[in-house]
Amino acid sequence: MKTKNIMIVGVGGQGTLLASKLLGRLLMNEGYDVKVSEIHGMSQRGGSVVTYVRYGDSVASPVIDEGEADYIISFELLEAARWMKYLASGGQVITNTQRIDPMPVITGAAEYPEGLAESMAAAGAKVEAFDALTLAEKAGSSKAVNIVLLGRASRFFDFPAETWEKALDETVPPKFLELNREAFRLGRES
Amino acid sequence: MKQLLLGNAAVAQGLYDAGCEVVSSYPGTPSTEITECLAEHRDIYSEWAPNEKVAMETAFGASLGGKRSFCGMKHVGLNVAADPLFTISYTGVNAGMVIAVADDPGMHSSQNEQDSRHYAKAAKLPMLEPADSAECYEFARKAYEISEKYDTPVLLRLCTRIAHSQSIVEPYGRSVPEQKEYAKRPEKYIMMPGYAKLRHPIVEERTLKLTELAETSDLNRVEMGGTELGIIASGTAYQYAKEVFGENASILKLGLVNPLPEKLIKDFAAKVKRVVVIEELDPVVEEHCKAIGVNVSGKDMFPLIDEFSQNLVASAFGISKDTGRSLDAKIPGRPPVMCAGCPHRGMFYALKKLGVTVMGDIGCYTLGAAAPLGAIDTTICMGASVSGLHGFEHSGTGVKAVAVIGDSTFMHSGMTGLVNIAYNGSKSTVIILDNSITGMTGHQQNPTTGLDIHGDPAGKIDLEAFCRAIGINRVRVVDPYDLAQCEQAVREETEADEPSVIISRRPCALLKTVRHEPPFAVDKEKCVGCKSCMRIGCPAISFKSGKTEIDKTLCVGCGVCTQLCKFDSFYR
Repeated sequence: MKTKNIMIVGVGGQGTLLASKLLGRLLMNEGYDVKVSEIHGMSQRGGSVVTYVRYGDSVASPVIDEGEADYIISFELLEAARWMKYLASGGQVITNTQRIDPMPVITGAAEYPEGLAESMAAAGAKVEAFDALTLAEKAGSSKAVNIVLLGRASRFFDFPAETWEKALDETVPPKFLELNREAFRLGRES
Repeated sequence: MKQLLLGNAAVAQGLYDAGCEVVSSYPGTPSTEITECLAEHRDIYSEWAPNEKVAMETAFGASLGGKRSFCGMKHVGLNVAADPLFTISYTGVNAGMVIAVADDPGMHSSQNEQDSRHYAKAAKLPMLEPADSAECYEFARKAYEISEKYDTPVLLRLCTRIAHSQSIVEPYGRSVPEQKEYAKRPEKYIMMPGYAKLRHPIVEERTLKLTELAETSDLNRVEMGGTELGIIASGTAYQYAKEVFGENASILKLGLVNPLPEKLIKDFAAKVKRVVVIEELDPVVEEHCKAIGVNVSGKDMFPLIDEFSQNLVASAFGISKDTGRSLDAKIPGRPPVMCAGCPHRGMFYALKKLGVTVMGDIGCYTLGAAAPLGAIDTTICMGASVSGLHGFEHSGTGVKAVAVIGDSTFMHSGMTGLVNIAYNGSKSTVIILDNSITGMTGHQQNPTTGLDIHGDPAGKIDLEAFCRAIGINRVRVVDPYDLAQCEQAVREETEADEPSVIISRRPCALLKTVRHEPPFAVDKEKCVGCKSCMRIGCPAISFKSGKTEIDKTLCVGCGVCTQLCKFDSFYR
């Protein structure tokens, strides 16, 4: 099988690392070779963050390059747009419509572009944009945005719901399991 | 059982399974998790040391005492520990000793892009470089075998994309070798000239033996494929080459990157039409190949800077790839920022307002250099703020200047600079930004927090008492959430006729033990849109339709912004 590429992008502190951990776990459970590459440290302080998840029969490079991502799962709209160059031809974007202003926008040095979902579609991406924040709050916490997004992304993969739930059980701390199960369900079903 | 492990976690598992029993490190991205994972094993001794030199000497002491030991650090940490490194190369070890060093090509979280392989060559030490988590595990185990067999500390080199990538590992259990007996051996362990002269030839002999290992060990392997092109690579570069060429090229994959083999390379080169060395950062392998008379390409095709990728490797060989979709929209950057409620913000605001020159240091507070605060003038390395300030004071500019340094960094190497200020008497003002944790690397304890690596009670260095004890008479503590207090302290201390220390004290807002106040909101009737509150660069504050807005999910109620509002617009 040709290596498949998933990028998880967002703003430092949004919980992208847990999402990639869960995805990696699921793919390993399914018997694939998996590599997950993360960036820790300075960029986690509210900067733009990206995690690469690659799976297949045998994965060499730990990173995804421009034009290679089959899926971009984005926690924030501007971040989805930022990484568009990485999307493969015919690639799918699954993005939260939440807007988090970066510091240059806050200080007035730059503007947050309007109509980003439409621009991405016009550039040839398949785009699914939805309000994951409201669903996360409905599940019980704004912090569950990551799992809501994975729930929505799960619809694009052939893995049965149980395999996702198993990976969820194995990666989320027991204290937050109920909340995250609900967040996953809302993302997958709504 | 198969596990998906971070490279760093796999190194930790390999060290533990090989019987590592003493661990001493200083945190540094991207190396930190090795020690954090080892600390989860409560049956072995682990600690955060104040700096890398202390950590390395501690690990050496444990090896001397007969237990397998470890210290881990980032690339610039090895500069700090270079002094013991070069000499424990001479003494060798008793029980095995492994030193992990994590380079950061691309500088994701570092101040330079140095290549640690130079240290292995310069200190004449073996260096292993794994290419995925399975090798991280395996090489960590092998490092102890090599260490004991060849009587040498062993360097394990990682880089960001190996240290912080997860891949599949199948650990196979821990076995602890018997503790080695300690025997007094002055000729081996006392490195004064007479004895050191006897050790140096042993080091050179060891390098020859290790070169023989490089020729024959399965750490280095040839993967024959197409013979038009032969690639020599290690670590990430090997993976990128594999990604691009698969079986279409032959690869000499190096796991032992110092010393380098000669015959193996010559034999490999003889089997292929042309040889290209792919290596991130410096041309270490390339220069070796050229020195032994093997004609290779390398930096004539690849850059010296930044990390590589599969597309970069492909394009160096003229292979074109899809370069993705592009948008018309202009995408604003998203640089990292100080968190909402960060205790450093208030002090930086005061420094900016007073217009003083600020000698910066290494930590979260380096972000004080970014707009809109822009309050830092220099950042070099750990401790350089304090000693640099002392020199700046002696340069006679007459400019008002201060040093800012975090609690952990002050313990690391700021305190010796302060001793110099006290001893040689400059009128320097050093501000210790005490947020009660090592922040940037993800919350590690340090000597000022009163807790050890496990979060258990430990010795606590009293910063005020320390500063006074070395002879600083003017020591005061301020709350950085109080802007007026910060401003007054900086004004008075920079005007004082003797050295001074201001301790700006409030715990990191991200600490679980810190209780947050309710968020503020903006009274749109009162807000006149003057943007005064925007000057502190808080990510929770934005400006929409001519008024300030607060993101209640981010605001922790620190109240720094409220002190800037003349119109009483903020309320809870």
